Amino acid sequence: MLDFIGAIPGAASQGLIWGIMAIGVYITYRILDIADLTVDGSFCTGGAVFVVLYASGTNIWLAMLAAFVVGMVAGLVTGLLHTGCGIPAILSGILTQLGLWSVNLAIMGMKANVSINVIDKEVLNKLLVSLRFVQDVAKGDRPFTQHPIFVVGIFTLVLIGLLYWFFGTELGASLRATGSNARMASAQGININFTKVLALMISNGMVALSGSLLAQYQSFADINMGRGAIVIGLAAVIIGDVLFGKLFRNFALSLLAVSIGAILYYIVIQAVLAMGLNSNYLKLLSAAVVAIFLSVPYWKSKVHAKPARKEAAKNA
Amino acid sequence: MLEVKNIFKTFNAHTVNEKCALQGVDLQLNEGDFVTVIGGNGAGKSTLLNAVAGVWPVDDGSITIDGVDVTHLPEYKRAKFIGRVFQDPMMGTAPTMQIEENLALAARRGQARGLGWHISKEEREQYRQLLKDLDLGLEDRLTSKVGLLSGGQRQALTLLMASLKKPKLLLLDEHTAALDPKTAAKVLEISDRIVLENNLTTMMVTHNMKDAIAHGNRLIMMHEGRIVVDVSGERKKNLTVPELLELFNRASGTDVVSDKMLLA
Ligand SMILES: Nc1ncnc2c1ncn2[C@@H]1O[C@H](COP(=O)(O)OP(=O)(O)O)[C@@H](O)[C@H]1O
Ligand SMILES: [Mg+2]
Repeated sequence: MLDFIGAIPGAASQGLIWGIMAIGVYITYRILDIADLTVDGSFCTGGAVFVVLYASGTNIWLAMLAAFVVGMVAGLVTGLLHTGCGIPAILSGILTQLGLWSVNLAIMGMKANVSINVIDKEVLNKLLVSLRFVQDVAKGDRPFTQHPIFVVGIFTLVLIGLLYWFFGTELGASLRATGSNARMASAQGININFTKVLALMISNGMVALSGSLLAQYQSFADINMGRGAIVIGLAAVIIGDVLFGKLFRNFALSLLAVSIGAILYYIVIQAVLAMGLNSNYLKLLSAAVVAIFLSVPYWKSKVHAKPARKEAAKNA
Repeated sequence: MLEVKNIFKTFNAHTVNEKCALQGVDLQLNEGDFVTVIGGNGAGKSTLLNAVAGVWPVDDGSITIDGVDVTHLPEYKRAKFIGRVFQDPMMGTAPTMQIEENLALAARRGQARGLGWHISKEEREQYRQLLKDLDLGLEDRLTSKVGLLSGGQRQALTLLMASLKKPKLLLLDEHTAALDPKTAAKVLEISDRIVLENNLTTMMVTHNMKDAIAHGNRLIMMHEGRIVVDVSGERKKNLTVPELLELFNRASGTDVVSDKMLLA
């Protein structure tokens, strides 16, 4: 139990970082109405680009920007496969994801992982977030303003603010319209191929940015770090929806709900691990939880449909 | 205003499901023309409207709107000229977006969409007034999601959206067919008002022969991908349903056509 409580700040930090990825998933899954599997690849791409650049002395902000841009390129590829080549969205994402496996290895110099030398205090101190900062703050060696929860929290709020602004613009509204009713969007003069590609780019940019933060946090990038990311993203979106869907109507709050969803997801995972679950079963557990939550609306509608039909028959 | 020259469209070419939906359609509309379009199921009415709107490219022929050859323009570029209302009330609006957001999207039809805010204060007031004119109680629900509206409310809203940015051409495809008779009459009345107020060049597909006669200044009838009847002016005004049936029988070379078949 004490172990678990001690692990909460770390779990919350990780959750916040993954929350940024989940917000990217929200953009495609909820706004565009496409399940984009690119993210399993682009998450690692973000981490790999960041670590390689940062380790070679690039400014930390530039390295993160580069991760964001490369993520956008991954989204662009998926978008073009989908809109330009007529490949179904899911398959386009899978193709890009598969291709990215090789690309990610190439970025990391054909190694399965690359790391940041955090033993070097100078390197460590320049990082925005690190697992070590969690411990340092707990020990009182660092101010709370350096705690990943604080730093990533602010970071997330700024991103949500930017997204709120963007999706409120004419361009952003045309993107929302595309996801809501593509035929209507076309009839209103919106180039839905363009808006779809743009949404995929923004989404994967966010995902890669999140990957760069996680790599920073754990001080390495690993070829497997994005495996199952889409499921974690969906879990966060669903948890946010179930808990706050009724409460948070505003778009910015919906994004915040996703971030909170990701935090809760990691805390629950931590709790399950603390209860002694072999960590190898985590992915199975995640998949099962997401499957259950995704099927709830379907079963609900089935259950509710029955009395309504009887009612209609009575009134007829 | 609209010039359709000898257009052809075949679906599923070279398969067992091959369907020649348009077989050489010619049509010229003058500015302010209000044409009603009738014809049996599968006659090609929707296909003609879709061809004009650019949902897919035609196989042959050309389409000119207001002097601009749009034959090779994609749908979203032609949208600049065209306002549309579909048969399915779900089709014309974005259900997860608010009423005012839908209107703001439509107000920018055919314009580049940039990083300005998607709606302005003045627009909101304008929309409130326009919705009030519809008399459906929507003026107080500007921020309601469109998905919550009834079919009739949605069709009325879609009509408003189609005319918000005055189109060169308004295409109505059986837009009252999915509504109950009372609502359908109301939506038709709104359509008439919007067309007249804005002097819109309009094509309205309907399966109701009475409506086809009562509305507009011209009537065309389609059969097997062709326009087989085209009446206008006084002759159209004085048309009766039996006369229309007779015209159809003669033009299509069938005599088994009953009222029922046309109404199907
Ligand atoms: N997108 C499509 N794909 C295949 N066949 C189509 C398509 N649209 C229309 N058709 C066929 O073309 C014919 C004309 O259809 P349509 O124009 O919808 O008739 P209507 O006059 O009833 O509106 C029908 O046989 C229909 O099945
Ligand atoms: Mg039709």
